[in-house]
Order: sequence, then structure tokens, then C-alpha cells
Amino acid sequence: MSYDIKIENFEGPLDLLLHLIRKNEMDIYNIPIAEITAQYLATIDTMQSLNLDVAGEFLLMAATLLHIKSRLLLPKPEEDLVEEDEEDPRAELVRRLLEYQKYQAAARELDERELLGRELFARAFPSPELGEQEEDEFVAVGLYDLVEAMRALLRQRPQAAYHEVTFEQLSVSERINQILTQLADRERLTFGELFGESPSRHEVIVSFLAMLELVKLRMARLLQETRYGTIWLYPAVAESPADFELDEEALGYG
Amino acid sequence: MDDLKAIVEALVFVSESPVKTEQIAEALDLDKPKVGAVLLELCREYEENGRGFELQRVAGGYQFRTRARHAEWVRRLSRAKPFRFSRAAMETLAIIAYRQPVTRADIEYLRGVDSGGVLKALLDKRLVRILGKKDIPGRPMIYGTSRDFLELFGLNDLSGLPALKEFDQLSLDLPLSDLSEVAADGNQTP
Repeated sequence: MSYDIKIENFEGPLDLLLHLIRKNEMDIYNIPIAEITAQYLATIDTMQSLNLDVAGEFLLMAATLLHIKSRLLLPKPEEDLVEEDEEDPRAELVRRLLEYQKYQAAARELDERELLGRELFARAFPSPELGEQEEDEFVAVGLYDLVEAMRALLRQRPQAAYHEVTFEQLSVSERINQILTQLADRERLTFGELFGESPSRHEVIVSFLAMLELVKLRMARLLQETRYGTIWLYPAVAESPADFELDEEALGYG
Repeated sequence: MDDLKAIVEALVFVSESPVKTEQIAEALDLDKPKVGAVLLELCREYEENGRGFELQRVAGGYQFRTRARHAEWVRRLSRAKPFRFSRAAMETLAIIAYRQPVTRADIEYLRGVDSGGVLKALLDKRLVRILGKKDIPGRPMIYGTSRDFLELFGLNDLSGLPALKEFDQLSLDLPLSDLSEVAADGNQTP
């Protein structure tokens, strides 16, 4: 079973096709479709006989090849029917192969660079204690940071208990007001504090939505001290919450 | 500031990530061109005197880094093996780097395979970031490379990426790796 490792080396159908074309020294602009289809299918057969999971993409390409082959077999339309030259059925495939080859080469070139942590090294710094740097330079919190933080929270929280029949729905608008009250007492809140000790998944989601709404309404700002650092929620320049329509309906959660 | 060069050197030394000329200029209350000139001079000195590290321009800033020819020795100390990216990761990263902003569908069309897993791994490694959403049906996420990408690959900015090679033929001198026999093995008529 020494083959399977090698076969898995094909990154996908395009990679396999490029390999077959090179191996047979075919002209990419005039690919002998019948022959390459036969070889392609034979390779896939081998993969299957080795009990490899042949990814759907390989089968899709097989179908594409057969489709191109059948189109090539069809008689050419009469001149008077089609004025302009119909595109060679192989054209799109050729374009994709050339394009893919370009990025394969670029990938290799990137990989040959001198990489930090592989060929070049910089000094390592101990990670600073969370929240210790006061009033440092702030970096805007990116979407992905938020999504990550949300995911981390959800991972920590237990799954919803199944025996619960009724539970009190905390509304987003209620939660917004709670957060505003919290922010009135404190100068800022950490992202974690927003979610309290051990809230249910429902509460986590409502709190998260409330926080997003606050940011959207420009009543609060999300900042962090360093990239990937603690996320802080700051009140924005105080405008009275009463100025805003804060019922569920207006927010779109109704 | 008589020993301006030494001060600038000290600031670069204590900086965790590549430090920008503006940051140093602001800290020292000097104008940017002056600091820039000192930094360039430091770069040259380090390059000339063959120390164990040099001052390099990466991700729009300056950072001390060891030299590639010493990699083996540095790795011995930390007992680290040189890491390798999978081909899937490098291909995906190359497509994102050159084609950004791209959607996952763009990447998958170019590679011909599902790239969700690789993309997620690159996001987790913070080499790739979400730039926003594309204004087409389904509002798919669009991706680009991050600052960490520039730092890792030692690029000052994206314009430093090597030019894409245009092929108008299949290039036969690309390494065929060790795949050559595979198809023949499965196919009785090589």
C-alpha cells in the first residue's frame, strides 16, 4: 500500500490533470480529450480500488471531461446556423489549468522564502498580563476577533438543558438597558464581563446581540489594547438612551 | 540627542513586532525623515558587520531578525523542527495573497477543490483575515492576507510579492515531485 500516500498528493482534479498532461507531454491548447479522460478515469479507479475516498471534485471533473468529449463528438453546426465561431469546448478547462499552474508556481515560490520561525528568527517576548497595560494604544476590534471571542464563549457554556419547559426570555432591548446601567457605574467592561458568571446559551446570544446593537447605535465602542488582547466595551459620548427606539420591534427581533 | 542612532536601536530592540518609523519619530519627537535615515543607516551597518542578526524591513516596520544561514543553529537551541505548510495551505494562501479580496468560491474555482478547511486553518493562524462581505447574492465573506502574513514571509508590503509568472504553455520544468509513476501504476498503458 505504498501508493495511497502518493495518490493523496494530488491536491485536486486540476492537479491530477496537469500531472497527466505533463507526463504525456500533451499540448495544453490541443488536449486529446479522449486519451486524457481515459487516463484520468483509470487513476480514479486506482484510487477507489485502494479504498481511498475519492472526493466529489474528482468525480465532477470526470463528468466535465466526458461532457467535453461528447461535445467534441457532435457534428459542427452548419455555417449558416452559427455565424461566429463557437468556442472550443475545452477552452474553459485550459484557462483553468493555466491559471491553476500559475498559482501552484506562486505557492512554491512563497514556500521557498525565508520564513520567520523557520529560517529567520526574531526575539520572543513574554505575553503581557491581561489588562495590565493601562491606556495603551488601542486597536479597533476586527470582525474575526469578535467571532472568535463569541465562539470561545459558546464553547465554555454548557449545552441548553433539555428538561426546561419554560424559561424567561431575556429580550435584546432589556439587555441593552442592563448593559447601559452597568456602563454607567463602571468606566468600561471587558467582553467577558458582559456575559456574567454562567449564563445560558440564550443569554449569551442576547447579550452579544445587545452589544452589537449598542455599537451600531454608537452608544458604545469596542476597543482592545493590543491585537488579540482583551476586548473592552466603552460607553460612547453619552447620549440619552431614551433618544432611541429600543423596543424589540424597532431592532428587528420582534 | 547625540546618540540618536543608539536610541533608535534601543527602541527597535524592545519592540515586540516590527516597529514603524512613525512610532519611533513620535516617541522621540523628531520628524519622520530624520528617523528614517537613522534606521536605514542602522540597516546598512548590521548588514555590513556580519553580526548574528540584522535589521530588516518587514510589514511596514523594522525588526531584528537572525540570518537565514544560521537557521540550523538557532533551531538546535530551541530543538524545533522547521515547519512546513501543506501544499493546499500554500496554494490557498498564494491565491488569497495575489487575488485579494477573494471569496471562498473564487478560491475553490481556481483550485478545483473544497477549500473551507484550509481557509479556516489559515484564519486560525491569522495569516488570512476577513475583509468584509461582497455585495452579491448571499453576501459571501471576502478574504485577504493579514499583517502576520507579511511578517511571516518577510514582506514589507504586498507590492513586495514576487510577480506572478504567466505561462502560455504547461511548464515542463516544474518539479514533477515523485508522482510520476502513480498514474502508470494504475493504468496498464503508461
